[in-house]
Amino acid sequence: MKESVKSILHSARQTIGVTVILMLVCGLLFPGLLTGLSALIFPHQADGNLLTVNGQTVGAEYVGQEFTEDYYMWSRPSAYHYNVYVEGEDGKLYYNDGTEFPGIGSGSNNYAATNPALTERVEADIKAFLEKNPGVKREDIPTDLLTASGSGLDPHISPASAEIQIPRIAEASGLTEEEIEDIVSENTQGKVFGVFGEETVNVLKVNIEIAQRMGIL
Amino acid sequence: MLQIALTILIYLILVIPAGVYVYHIAAGKHTFADPVFNRVDGAIYKVCGVNPKNGMNWKKYAVSLVITNGIMILLGYIILRIQSIGLFNPNGIGAMEESLSFNTIISFMTNTNLQHYSGESGLSNLSQMLVITFMMFVSAASGYAACIAFIRGLAGRTKDNVGNFFVDLVRITTRVLLPFSIIGGLLLVWQGVPQNFSGNVVVDTIEGTKQVIAMGPVAALEIIKHLGTNGGGFLGANSATPIENPTIISNLIELYSMMLLPGACVITFGKMVRDRKRDLAAAVVADDAAAAIPQIEGRESLTARIFGREGRSIFAAMGILFLIGLGVCFWAESQGNPALAEVGLAQSMGSMEGKEVRFGIAQSAMFTTTTTSFTTGTVNNMHDTLTPLGGMIPLLHMMLNVVFGGKGVGLMNMITYAILAVFICGLMIGRTPEYLGKKIEGREMKLAALCIIIHPLLILTFSALAVATPDGLAGITNPGYHGLSQVLYEFASSAANNGSGFEGLADNTLFWNITTGLVMFFGRYLPIVLQLAIAGSLMKKRFVSESAGTLHTDTMSFAVILVFVVYIFAALTFFPALALGPVAEHLTLWA
Repeated sequence: MKESVKSILHSARQTIGVTVILMLVCGLLFPGLLTGLSALIFPHQADGNLLTVNGQTVGAEYVGQEFTEDYYMWSRPSAYHYNVYVEGEDGKLYYNDGTEFPGIGSGSNNYAATNPALTERVEADIKAFLEKNPGVKREDIPTDLLTASGSGLDPHISPASAEIQIPRIAEASGLTEEEIEDIVSENTQGKVFGVFGEETVNVLKVNIEIAQRMGIL
Repeated sequence: MLQIALTILIYLILVIPAGVYVYHIAAGKHTFADPVFNRVDGAIYKVCGVNPKNGMNWKKYAVSLVITNGIMILLGYIILRIQSIGLFNPNGIGAMEESLSFNTIISFMTNTNLQHYSGESGLSNLSQMLVITFMMFVSAASGYAACIAFIRGLAGRTKDNVGNFFVDLVRITTRVLLPFSIIGGLLLVWQGVPQNFSGNVVVDTIEGTKQVIAMGPVAALEIIKHLGTNGGGFLGANSATPIENPTIISNLIELYSMMLLPGACVITFGKMVRDRKRDLAAAVVADDAAAAIPQIEGRESLTARIFGREGRSIFAAMGILFLIGLGVCFWAESQGNPALAEVGLAQSMGSMEGKEVRFGIAQSAMFTTTTTSFTTGTVNNMHDTLTPLGGMIPLLHMMLNVVFGGKGVGLMNMITYAILAVFICGLMIGRTPEYLGKKIEGREMKLAALCIIIHPLLILTFSALAVATPDGLAGITNPGYHGLSQVLYEFASSAANNGSGFEGLADNTLFWNITTGLVMFFGRYLPIVLQLAIAGSLMKKRFVSESAGTLHTDTMSFAVILVFVVYIFAALTFFPALALGPVAEHLTLWA
């Protein structure tokens, strides 16, 4: 009898001991250590790659933003509107399109390829895009520009999607097309080692530079 | 194409040193880092009263695993329920509701990481660390420990000692997972993944609006999420978000960290089985000293030396299945979506809905196939928005559950199939089936069959239940055939302990939380216990010497047989369901 009680107690000590120690080591010590090391070696990245202009934080390098002005480059559609919102007069928070902002999120609408809601959204977006960009032909719109990303926070568009917006931006901003082309190519990143990934244009960084050239920032 | 080929090539180079290292840990051999780790482990054993020399038989091992996991579940559940306390909670997150807490804690303990909550709004930093990050370590270590015990049983050096569970758990955590995580975590921070204890940041944009940006200890969770083939993201959209996965390099780091250890596990298996063969050969030499000259060395090809001969055929079979799946997924996504082409959106880039520009079609297809083959469940694009056939591949690979598989468990499943394969071949050539020098008899076959049947039984029964009840149907968000795919995917993901989802499914309801919680639990522990029982039963048997009638399991042709057995079995069980879901959807889309 005594032996069996002893052996149960011993097992309990092993089980609970290992659980608690591993919880502290993996759950507290490890994240703490990594935070300390990161803050020492990569302080800018560890704090979220925030972009600052004239002392004010305007966004993060790797988090996309929604832009609505004609003189800015537009991002891809997002189910969460890139968590960009405005404060309404009634004190509530709203997305740019007037729907209520439910708080921070990420993701997509999760429309299946066969979902009619997907075709409807794309059709409406094509129409709106062609209205604002009269020189563009329907079949020239690159796929990525009017499809939603997986995260709803995609900071990039493809170089083709950037190029197609240049005439509109030039007209609305008063900058020349060459100037904007320069800004775009400065903020275009190629494939890593020429092989991995895709060519990308960082929309927020392009727009910060456009704003600076226009003298509104 | 070139980048996919290069990505795989680099993997094949990386997996070899990782395999050798893990083999040294599993077999208790010396490594360069012993002086440090022996002290750390020694201190832990001392505090917990573990005697590393005490071995366990398979029953005791299985019981220790289940009970320890049970204690972890209990502690984790309590923390989730009280996470609203002010500790590490800069965003003021409230306590988690009961059925969601139940689902979440089972999900993370079973290495599934199915998430019915959204990280941004559902978890405090305290829970992200003490529950999620902690569980990611120990669930991976538990699976790996079970696998090592299983291999020890098959390699059969003793009659009943499969090792000490607590020692395996601690060794894998301290010597493999923690050091790899620190290095990988720093690499991720270098690429731009945040690692801090701050609350979310609100910025004023240049358009005069406001934006809220998520912060927190992301990198720490991110690295073990992949290394441990866990898959649960810090944020709702997982590794698709540029916060968790900002660049193509961070994407490759995450990709390799989830592929590394399951592959290494196969190498460990190959080497441990070879060790036993060498011992046997040495014994023969000692018996009749003059006759036998050790022949195993020298004649072996390079691959056999790296993977071990038995490990090589298993690795090859897994590799073939993986490449077929990857090819189909990449092809299907490159075709684009004909429904969008019809309304005038050119599809030359492929189907970009739900994908990130920085990853494109190639790296998205690669990640999708990998995450479901290695049962991680992390996603860098939204699987619900994949084309019908592109989405069928992740679904199929979770149904197979043997293509590398998660931490150790995939190897155990594949070996169960190998036992089935030798049995079928044995029937065809009219011999008693043998595997790894042991006779496969009635008891092992019954256990193996039971083990293989559990997986489809869980998926199909619960899917049927979901589409037959209003509570289940309420979760479906896409019309038509795709709705069935959403249901199948959710249960396949739960049973395979994968955790990715067709995320459109509205799954945070009582019905979905409870059913998937049960499926995850049984899908994890029943096979592990049964497989340990198989190992325990094989251990007791005597080695049979090879004869002319022995089916060689270390050849390429056995790898091909294995692939066929896996596909035939899958076709028999899952084809009707797949035909009604993705296949029907594909046919209507392209009609």
